[in-house]
Amino acid sequence: MADDRSPVPPPLALVDVTKSFGSVRALRGLSLHLRAGEIHALVGENGAGKSTLVKTIAGVHRPDGGQVLVDGEPTEFTAPADAQRAGVAVIYQEPTLFPDLSVAENIFVGRQPRTRLGTIDRTAMRRATREVFDRLGVDVDPDRPARGLSIADQQLVEIAKAITRDARVLVMDEPTAALSGVEAERLFTVARALRDGGAALLFISHRFDEVFGLCDRVTVVRDGAFVSCDPTGDLDVDTVVRRMVGRDVTSLYPKEEAGFGDTVLEVEGLTRHGVFSDVSFSVRAGEIVALAGLVGAGRSEVVRAVFGVDRHDAGTVRVRGEDLPAGRPRAAMAAGMALVPEDRRQQGLVMESSIERNATATRRWALSRLGLLSSRAERASAREWGTRLQLKAGALTDPVSTLSGGNQQKVVLAKWLSTEPRVLFVDEPTRGIDVGTKAEVHRLLSTLAGQGLAIVMVSSELPEVLGMADRVLVMHEGRLTAELDRDEADEESVMYAATGQRPSEAA
Amino acid sequence: MNPPVTAPPAATAGAPPEPTGRPSGRRRQVREIGVLLAVVLLVGATWLHNPGFLSSQGVRDLFLGATVLSVLAVGQALVLITRNVDLSVGSVMGLAAFGTGILFVTFPGLPVPVVMLAGVLIGLVCGLANGLLVTAVQVPALVVTLGTLYAYRGLNHWWAGGGQVNAHDMPESFLTLGRISVLGVPLPAAIAVAVVIAVGFYLANYRSGRELYAIGSDADAARLSGIPAGRRVIVAFAANGALAGLAGVLFAARYGTVDSTVGTGMELQVVAAAVVGGVAIAGGVGTVYGAALGAVLLTTITAALPIWQINQFWQQAVVGALILAAIGLDRLLALRTARKLRGGGARGA
Repeated sequence: MADDRSPVPPPLALVDVTKSFGSVRALRGLSLHLRAGEIHALVGENGAGKSTLVKTIAGVHRPDGGQVLVDGEPTEFTAPADAQRAGVAVIYQEPTLFPDLSVAENIFVGRQPRTRLGTIDRTAMRRATREVFDRLGVDVDPDRPARGLSIADQQLVEIAKAITRDARVLVMDEPTAALSGVEAERLFTVARALRDGGAALLFISHRFDEVFGLCDRVTVVRDGAFVSCDPTGDLDVDTVVRRMVGRDVTSLYPKEEAGFGDTVLEVEGLTRHGVFSDVSFSVRAGEIVALAGLVGAGRSEVVRAVFGVDRHDAGTVRVRGEDLPAGRPRAAMAAGMALVPEDRRQQGLVMESSIERNATATRRWALSRLGLLSSRAERASAREWGTRLQLKAGALTDPVSTLSGGNQQKVVLAKWLSTEPRVLFVDEPTRGIDVGTKAEVHRLLSTLAGQGLAIVMVSSELPEVLGMADRVLVMHEGRLTAELDRDEADEESVMYAATGQRPSEAA
Repeated sequence: MNPPVTAPPAATAGAPPEPTGRPSGRRRQVREIGVLLAVVLLVGATWLHNPGFLSSQGVRDLFLGATVLSVLAVGQALVLITRNVDLSVGSVMGLAAFGTGILFVTFPGLPVPVVMLAGVLIGLVCGLANGLLVTAVQVPALVVTLGTLYAYRGLNHWWAGGGQVNAHDMPESFLTLGRISVLGVPLPAAIAVAVVIAVGFYLANYRSGRELYAIGSDADAARLSGIPAGRRVIVAFAANGALAGLAGVLFAARYGTVDSTVGTGMELQVVAAAVVGGVAIAGGVGTVYGAALGAVLLTTITAALPIWQINQFWQQAVVGALILAAIGLDRLLALRTARKLRGGGARGA
């Protein structure tokens, strides 16, 4: 498809778009043509301007310069509603649901099916929700409130919302970040059907297998500027990565071999009713242990319980031989544990606060004198960690919300590393982070392990698990189903255990 | 927590599978039924204590007492649901009541319905001003309406100049509105019931009504969904103002005498009624039925205390305890729902 220079103007195009936030130039003369019947991939490092681009298309940001063309006509989107009227639907990277409304209402908010009297037709709304959920293979009750949905389910609801808009232009900003393989594959089937129906799709992802498997054309952006746009067939992963980072990425998984020290953390028979049961494992100094499994297997919940954020009903946690009281994060911190949570925005950062405030939040007392927190001490500490982690930020006093995902993650890491922990829990450390930063995060974790830190890493990305871990623990429906050494672990063995299909317990 | 105390591996992780249902919907109904039950119990017990409480005059008093507060609570609920608040309602009601009275004095020939409509319009304009200030200036509603609370009251004092409008200045046909009954229900109370049902139906069944909940639930997400959030919030404030105006008109019709202090301090009672009735201060949750029932409960308590020979001063303490109990109950239910949903979520996907 996509015969070059088709006479029909593309349903949506950006021409020479520029956008600045204060002194940061997010987009510098970017052009993008989304053609009907084509899935267009947009790739670039974090902070390359992808999200700004998406928000420009969605009508959230108004460009400082350049044009947005709808069917070849210059158009100005002053609000998201304008973009929607032009037939644009967007799946945002971070779900934007209404926690108090039902799932069905979330999908149809503002455009609920109506009866002849103008009232909302709940039966029709529920039916339409079931239909789209069937297409996506989602098993969520349309009548339940969105509050409390897992991230994967939230993402699926977002996708359902966008699909039901019957949009001419569908933008998907990392829709698969939280999804399992099956769910992602279903989404792709729907995306292909939409493409064949004549819609223009923009797909943003950090997963190259998805980009190459799904998309017809790939645009690479770097530092807010256009780099290249080619048919997928003319490209390979190495070329794309080189264009994204503007240099060769030495290795994505720079694993350092390190000797292991004594056992630092021992978890025995940990149980939380209805969530996970009888989880036992131990971690030695200098070791990276990965917790693998499907989304919802209970990995994050185990980590939260070990750290004491959630209570557990049975079992013990020992740090360097000493029992840890249950449900007391402060005791866990005092014992030398640190937790980098799964959801940066909600659990890891205070988005409106400055970078330095966030980076030093765990050490408020250490940085205080006579109970007064000195901002000079805060700044000095934040600056030191900013340098060590190569943080890209305008000023340390800027709110964290202005940073890209990868740099936000660095702030969270800085916040916890500055407590000089002995055990570090990282939950999905590279979710929504671009290749370049990913490698940096991996190198950092590897270096830390080399210095004797014990690391427990929850990850849904199999290559990351296999590339980084010395030992892999696999969970399935709240139980540990396998413990694999580095040389035993491969994609097959981990996936078997994660889906609970070990040959020994067939049927 | 009541786990069966069995050691064997908790099968597929405890808890019966998928009790999903509609936790939030159920929760809201529970709240309204709870408040209704409290009203019934209170009325029943008071009646047993002193049957005079439910004499025909007693019932009329109960109805009329609750009328003004329920109308105000319905309006306040509209605003609270969008995660705003309107503290100026007492002043708006006062302004509308006094305006109604002074119109009768200045233009004795005006037909009664026109004057009543004018009263509602005064409220509408005040509410509109609140809404425009909140959305245009982007100042929290708490601050804006605290300002207009004093501004509108000051306007009222200046307008009244220390005077008042007495019953003999108002046409008899207006004052009888407060006395005639429809099917045994005093007309003002019937109007209030109609308002509650109409607004409740609108909120539950119209797109723009549901969008108010969406805005209160997450304002940013509402914007991204293309909901005209600013316009909806302005309309909510305007509607609340109009209802406060209506409350002022009903007040004037019932009491016949109005001066510039009518409705002073009413705003906190109104917010209390809405909160007790299950409308969340944090937005996105609650119904006008609950708010109206909360208003009925508060007025019933005020009416019942003298019969139990409890000093009126206790009324405020009781209301305070009720608010704390309501908020505590909300928190408890929210935690329980969260736990249930969490458990369900962990097994799904």
